[in-house]
Amino acid sequence: MLNYDIVIVGGGPAGLAAAVAARDAGIDKILILERDKELGGILNQCIHNGFGLHTFKEELTGPEYAYRFIEKVLEAKIEYRLNTMVMDISADRVVTAMSREDGMYQIQAGAVILAMGCRERPRGALNIPGFRPAGIFSAGTAQRLVNIEGYMPGREVVILGSGDIGLIMARRMTLEGAKVKVVAELMPYSGGLKRNIVQCLDDFGIPLKLSHTVVDIEGKDHLTAVTIAAVDEKSKPIPGTEERYTCDTLLLSCGLIPENELSRNAGVEMSPITSGPIVNESLETNIPGVFACGNVLHVHDLVDYVSEEAARAGENAAKYVKGQLSDAKSDIEITATDGARYTVPSTINIDRMDDKLTLRFRVGAVYKDSFVSVYFDDERVMHNKKRIMAPGEMEQVILLKNKLTEKPGLKKITVKIESE
Amino acid sequence: MEKRELTCIGCPMGCQITVELEGQDVKSITGNTCKIGENYARNEVTHPERTVTSTAVVLGGDKPRVSVKTKANIPKDKIADVMKEIDAAVVNAPIRIGDIVVKNVCGTGVDVVATRNIEAD
Repeated sequence: MLNYDIVIVGGGPAGLAAAVAARDAGIDKILILERDKELGGILNQCIHNGFGLHTFKEELTGPEYAYRFIEKVLEAKIEYRLNTMVMDISADRVVTAMSREDGMYQIQAGAVILAMGCRERPRGALNIPGFRPAGIFSAGTAQRLVNIEGYMPGREVVILGSGDIGLIMARRMTLEGAKVKVVAELMPYSGGLKRNIVQCLDDFGIPLKLSHTVVDIEGKDHLTAVTIAAVDEKSKPIPGTEERYTCDTLLLSCGLIPENELSRNAGVEMSPITSGPIVNESLETNIPGVFACGNVLHVHDLVDYVSEEAARAGENAAKYVKGQLSDAKSDIEITATDGARYTVPSTINIDRMDDKLTLRFRVGAVYKDSFVSVYFDDERVMHNKKRIMAPGEMEQVILLKNKLTEKPGLKKITVKIESE
Repeated sequence: MEKRELTCIGCPMGCQITVELEGQDVKSITGNTCKIGENYARNEVTHPERTVTSTAVVLGGDKPRVSVKTKANIPKDKIADVMKEIDAAVVNAPIRIGDIVVKNVCGTGVDVVATRNIEAD
């Protein structure tokens, strides 16, 4: 059996940043396992710009952002294996992997960092009625076809879901000569970033129909038309509002799901809200020495935050390997209520906490001129006004360790949204 | 005085910016949280610009396409013309990030550059 101090599952932005941080923290034997034929993950197909403003103070495209980290991994001579699929992770951190070259093999890891990312919600999970012809793609699949392989999936496009990839693909397909007829979104608000509505839809006059969904798909072999209709507040289609669009392509951008089959099999405790592992202040799961970061933990909107979070997972995994992570129990519970859907992390062990801890969360609806409040037990200690908050955008609050130590016996931290 | 509500596209924060205008004269910019927002708002109401990203055909590479971008913003009304020149471009591998794919695209003074490395096959 092979032996590594840290095995990182996934060579996308999270895995790369975790590896670099673990190396900087003095860990020698690090191995990244990546199932694709190159490092960088989904960033390689995200050729649009807007990445890295927080991290590098300049605006990069996805491949450029990825390469900044790939370069560091190469310079640090961190080992990685491509075309390698991880089949299993055991609770005592034995990683089973396989590739065409090496067959199946096992690695004993001192620590494991889960960085598998997320998958798009497929048609099968959406219950769209109608035929099942060719021409229906997830937005990310279309993105890969256009940007990496150089194929156009079609010429007349309807997009269901206003997630960022769908919006980005609306612009991308338009620039390549396709006609994007409409973007339909089931919810009364967009699932994507505001800037993407402006520069991907408004710039090209593509209509966004909120509270609309696809109610029929036509086409025996290849897609010929879809019908969309308005929905009521219970998301039920309203009869009489149907509109038929002839098209050869339907893109689905209806949410991302953290890819946690490996985590679940290992016995990692999962959050039903994020579909990702439940982690403590060190981004450690309920299995000691197994850490999680990036979109496998919770779906992020900015890769900059992924890198930042992953670096912390890398540092903490390094501490674990060096025996510097005290194993005292996490004693402060963090609860999200009143509009805040979840927080990452969800517990804090104050002895293991850094001077500053970033709590990330998402809201469940659109809030205007509202406050993000933090309570230590029953006392409100933070009350930050936000002009606008939406489910598509991640929010954060920063907790200071010295504020927590001022409250001995603190049991519970609550994050909530308040109107005043 | 004219009031324009904008959503900044400078970064994914998407700040809501209010610009007060008199004709082409920007009187005030509020709601932005950084300098990028101020510049974006000023440009957007006078001469809107965008970065264009796309792909170009690669010959002799380990991948069929190389991702590219305009190295700086170009006028928004030139997007379609810039796309035509990028679509006509063919580059030979190997390619390094920053290599020029189209020089001075559409006479804008801006180069189109590669945003990823492509190895020779």
